[in-house]
Amino acid sequence: MTELLPTTRRFRTMREAVPTVDQVMVEERAASFGKRSIKTSAKLAGLKMAVSMCDLTTLEGKDTPGKVAYLCRKAIQPIDPKYNVPSCAAVCVYPNMVRYARKFLGDNSPVNIAAVATGFPSGQYPLRTKLEEVRRTVADGADEIDMVIDRCAFLAGDHAKVFDEIAATKEACGPTHLKVILETGELVTYDNVRLASEIAMQAGGDFIKTSTGKVSPAATMPVTLVMLEAIRDYFFATGIRIGMKPAGGIRTSKQALAYLVMVKETLGDDWLNPEMFRFGASTLVNDVLMQIVKNVEGNYQGADYFSLS
Amino acid sequence: MSDLRLDVRKTYKMYVGGQFIRSESGRFLPAKSSAGEHLDNICHASRKDLRDAVVAARPATDGWAKKTAYLRSQILYRAAEMLENRASALIAEIARSTGVSNGQARKEVTLAIDRLVYFAGWSDKFSQVFGSVNPVASSHFNFTTPEPTGIVVVLAPDEPSLVALVSLVAPIILTGNSAIVVASEKYPLPALTFAEILATSDLPGGVINILSGKHAELLPHIASHMDINAIVDASGSAETQVALQKGVATNLKRYTVRTLSDKDWFTKAGEDPYWIMDTVEFKTAWHPIGI
Repeated sequence: MTELLPTTRRFRTMREAVPTVDQVMVEERAASFGKRSIKTSAKLAGLKMAVSMCDLTTLEGKDTPGKVAYLCRKAIQPIDPKYNVPSCAAVCVYPNMVRYARKFLGDNSPVNIAAVATGFPSGQYPLRTKLEEVRRTVADGADEIDMVIDRCAFLAGDHAKVFDEIAATKEACGPTHLKVILETGELVTYDNVRLASEIAMQAGGDFIKTSTGKVSPAATMPVTLVMLEAIRDYFFATGIRIGMKPAGGIRTSKQALAYLVMVKETLGDDWLNPEMFRFGASTLVNDVLMQIVKNVEGNYQGADYFSLS
Repeated sequence: MSDLRLDVRKTYKMYVGGQFIRSESGRFLPAKSSAGEHLDNICHASRKDLRDAVVAARPATDGWAKKTAYLRSQILYRAAEMLENRASALIAEIARSTGVSNGQARKEVTLAIDRLVYFAGWSDKFSQVFGSVNPVASSHFNFTTPEPTGIVVVLAPDEPSLVALVSLVAPIILTGNSAIVVASEKYPLPALTFAEILATSDLPGGVINILSGKHAELLPHIASHMDINAIVDASGSAETQVALQKGVATNLKRYTVRTLSDKDWFTKAGEDPYWIMDTVEFKTAWHPIGI
């Protein structure tokens, strides 16, 4: 396996080398980001930015080509053009749905296709089939692969296996963007989250992502903060910018703005764009759109007047 | 120890989503008796409290409408049971607020209980009585049924302070709607005490929400909020009616006025089953037969 790995990405992470996380402070600090007052034009700009960072997601057994086409249409133009709302960053679908999304979006779409792979959501499959899945999904036209780490290996202490699998997946992706899902809801402690973030970044992930959305708790502010700080420290150490994607559980505009504040105050403006920061969400977009229309029109909105989420 | 003791006075909170809340604005108003005496403080709702009430009412109405008609009926009957049990508290509240005699207040509370029982009975009957099977020329079984419209805002009149409120809200919620009541500006205390009784009945949180404060401040937002489906206005105020009708003209929200005199609420006119039809929508289905 090791011959697959470029020498500069040799696995160097050890638990002792990764700083521990102060649970009380990280939770206090994360809570403080929700208390900023963001109003009127700043709010409107923030909400539009949040839409542009959304990976519009549908990950269900009942997904159909029609549902995926609907989602793509919504991602391209989330609402009436008069509100000047940008396109979403991507649609996020299962591998079997990628070809339908590509057919609908065409080759020059502003909306990327992200596909979950590597035995999503559990990751409890042999590496060989995981890599084959990744290669086929890329061949079908995915722009981004959202892989899950092997939590079984991670929690059993076999960090090298986790590293090797990520590195092998990166290689299978080729130039395709790789997001690494840590599934923080199953990692139990912040220290584990920090360590898993380090492993994912060193093994070649372009993005680190909190959750599959299938496990509760999914993305939380403190867990995202731990990961953002890992990204910051990795950038200071190597000069490499890793992206961040909280996913699952982010449903309201207020939460989305709090996340944007957290990114700005932890990583700065360089990360405040869809290339470096994403929301993985299905219902968030509609709440943000309702807030945008409220901001423009002045009256409170109702879900009856918006497309299905 | 001295016998001197400070009264422990209550600030009456609002009832939203099954919780007793203060206004998010932190504002409050004095509730005065008919003689002008300062009784207690009430919350002064802001537009954001209205928004929060709608957010609480929306999921509540989804769950409430899905319950069986029989169960909704039982729960309304349970509310009547709780009201009977706590009648003395409400009698005292009505008497000290509006200045009516204890006897008159007792009559009002008793009638309110009877009204709840009356409308509880309609819950599993309105669909049969107001729905229809329609004769059509094609081979279809064609039927029309009433369905709840969603979230209804109720503007309660000043007097009678309790029985009007109950007579307005019961025909709205018995079909599966949820209600956001804006209590009387003049005599809000009986409505807020009624909320404390509702909280101990089996009514799911958010099905009835009670706000207190100044009507004029909330009216434009009630009219323009796109997630409020209907308004039942028994305020009796011409300015209120104009403000609301102007507002709903742009979004075609359902708007109904109830014009009953203080005395009318105590008569049969105050328990009109046709009121149920003001907050339901009729849906017609064509079911193919014989093919």
